[in-house]
Amino acid sequence: MTSLIPSSSGLEDLPPGAEPGAVPAPASTRRTGWRAMLPSWTPKLAVGLGLVVAIALFGLIGPVLAGDPDTIRNISLTAPSGDHWLGTTQTGQDVLDQLTHATRGSLQIGLLVGVMATVLSAVFGVIGGYVGGIVDEAFSLFSNVMLVIPGLPLVIVISGFVPADQRGSWTIALVLAVTGWAASARVLRAQTLSVRNRDYVAAARVAGEKPWRVICVEIVPNLLPVLASQFVFAVIAAILSEAGLSFLGLGASNSSTLGTMLYFAQNGFALQREAWWWFVPPGLIIAVFGCGLALINLSLDEIINPRLRRPVRKRAARAASGSSRNSAVRSTAA
Amino acid sequence: MRYYARKFGFYLVALWAAVTLNFFIPRMMPGNPVDILMAKLQQRGGTVDPSVRRSYELLLGADRSDSLVQQYVSYLGNLLHGDFGVSVSSYPAKVSDVIGQSLPWTIVLIGMATLISFVLGLVLGTVVGWKRGTWLDSIIPSTTVLAAVPYFWLALILAALLSSTLHWFPLLGGYDVSLSMGWNWPFISSAIYHGILPALTVVISSVGGWLLGMRNMMVSTAAEDYILTARAKGLRGNRIMIRYAARNAALPSVAGFATSLGFVVSGSVITEQVFSYPGIGGRLLQAVENNDYALMQGIFLVITVAVLGANLLVDLLYGLIDPRTRVSN
Repeated sequence: MTSLIPSSSGLEDLPPGAEPGAVPAPASTRRTGWRAMLPSWTPKLAVGLGLVVAIALFGLIGPVLAGDPDTIRNISLTAPSGDHWLGTTQTGQDVLDQLTHATRGSLQIGLLVGVMATVLSAVFGVIGGYVGGIVDEAFSLFSNVMLVIPGLPLVIVISGFVPADQRGSWTIALVLAVTGWAASARVLRAQTLSVRNRDYVAAARVAGEKPWRVICVEIVPNLLPVLASQFVFAVIAAILSEAGLSFLGLGASNSSTLGTMLYFAQNGFALQREAWWWFVPPGLIIAVFGCGLALINLSLDEIINPRLRRPVRKRAARAASGSSRNSAVRSTAA
Repeated sequence: MRYYARKFGFYLVALWAAVTLNFFIPRMMPGNPVDILMAKLQQRGGTVDPSVRRSYELLLGADRSDSLVQQYVSYLGNLLHGDFGVSVSSYPAKVSDVIGQSLPWTIVLIGMATLISFVLGLVLGTVVGWKRGTWLDSIIPSTTVLAAVPYFWLALILAALLSSTLHWFPLLGGYDVSLSMGWNWPFISSAIYHGILPALTVVISSVGGWLLGMRNMMVSTAAEDYILTARAKGLRGNRIMIRYAARNAALPSVAGFATSLGFVVSGSVITEQVFSYPGIGGRLLQAVENNDYALMQGIFLVITVAVLGANLLVDLLYGLIDPRTRVSN
């Protein structure tokens, strides 16, 4: 796993009561409505999207074009050549064929866990933040506890108790989601707290809207950029943890992911025999995909936190944003 | 005082949650771990007397006449006595002894590496955030690459490059096994030499997160009025950067240290496996491979307690360096 989370710590750790100045007020930018939710088109975003789409296509289409990844040939550990673009494994399997299937497996589990973890964090973060009181106390205590208990050791212990033949992809996905939602819940809670006290939410409440409607219609749309960025984090984290788990031989049985490839490479002494074509590509795919997602996230961060945007002209921006923005700045400093 | 009371209360709850999780996980999972353990124990020539079985049953649960509450109370009692049971994989050693042997390795390695990476990340983040808009901005994308690289893969690459190909560092182990363990210089230097590569892995893969977090806070802080005031007073740039901006911008990173420690520990478990390091992560995996449930649970508890303890320490420190937390709570 990684320390991806601290990059967003600027948001979640503001002193209570301080408005993070985060969700863009529609008046402060010229782009309004749904357009304001979309990141501006920067090279960063373009590169990120390009990398993610390329690898997603590789995982989607690759397995169709590739041969059977399990075919065993009597050419052990051959270097990349015209026949086998990425060489062969110890048992003569084609590394490229394996890579396509493994990429698909990893993406599937990443998406699955990403969705589950984001839903969990939204439930605990948004509802807790909106309802407040004892529910909020309980929910945030729960998510903080989940946060400080180290995730991977817990996952390892759980996987250790489940017999290998009962360890399906869903089990692993569920375990990863349950251990991986807490950090986002904290971020979402902080954002919900700041949105909850806006005038239009109060107006909706006074107008007699039901709580679930206030949450779904008034609050969640404002949290969409944050939700999106937390989802992206969750996908990266899930792919990385699944790879780690499979690398340790504790992943889903019969699954083929980038982690299992690395597991077989390590156990086939690819390292000692300097068969770089076997263990470099799987990690590279994870790294490039994660990097693409992280670049997308940097663009999302700039919607969430306008101060990170490339300064157009500080003075002009400040004058345009008016008093609300300035008071936000001041209360953060206080 | 309320701040500290709250913090202590929180970590007590977290500790209780971890202990309780540890109690319920084996009871919720399919299979009968006690029978597997007893079979293993017999293979190793252990005597299967009822008291051993009883202690395993308390630890792992089994269909017994005791109610769950009674089991829970006895389990807590055993933990308070430091009785984690007997390890099967290194029979007849006690779990607590096995953990005691491997814990120092991990604490020194991971502790040092985390500190180095934290300080390095803060220093680099300060400079990069302060000199925003210069060529230093091009460092930011590379940190995201580093953050997305799987720990263990980086470890594999470093091992392949620096030890298999260049032979600069040893590939496996925590020390030269021909030396006798102890406080003598040949052993310590060999331990340091073996630790460089795993530590490097941890530093490289975690420094990016600190750098990015610190950089973002520096950018925010640089827009504050008091920085403008400091500039207007004509203070030197370096002084403003370090004494005014960095000191405030570092606060969230210190607070976030807690969050990320869990990730660092998680990553290091796998790193230890790659390098066959004699630390607690490697032990945990050995325990899993050998169905050594007692050792597994003991290690999980010890890791959790260590992480909680470190977090508590950081939180207490945070209360000291940021007076606002003491007031507002």
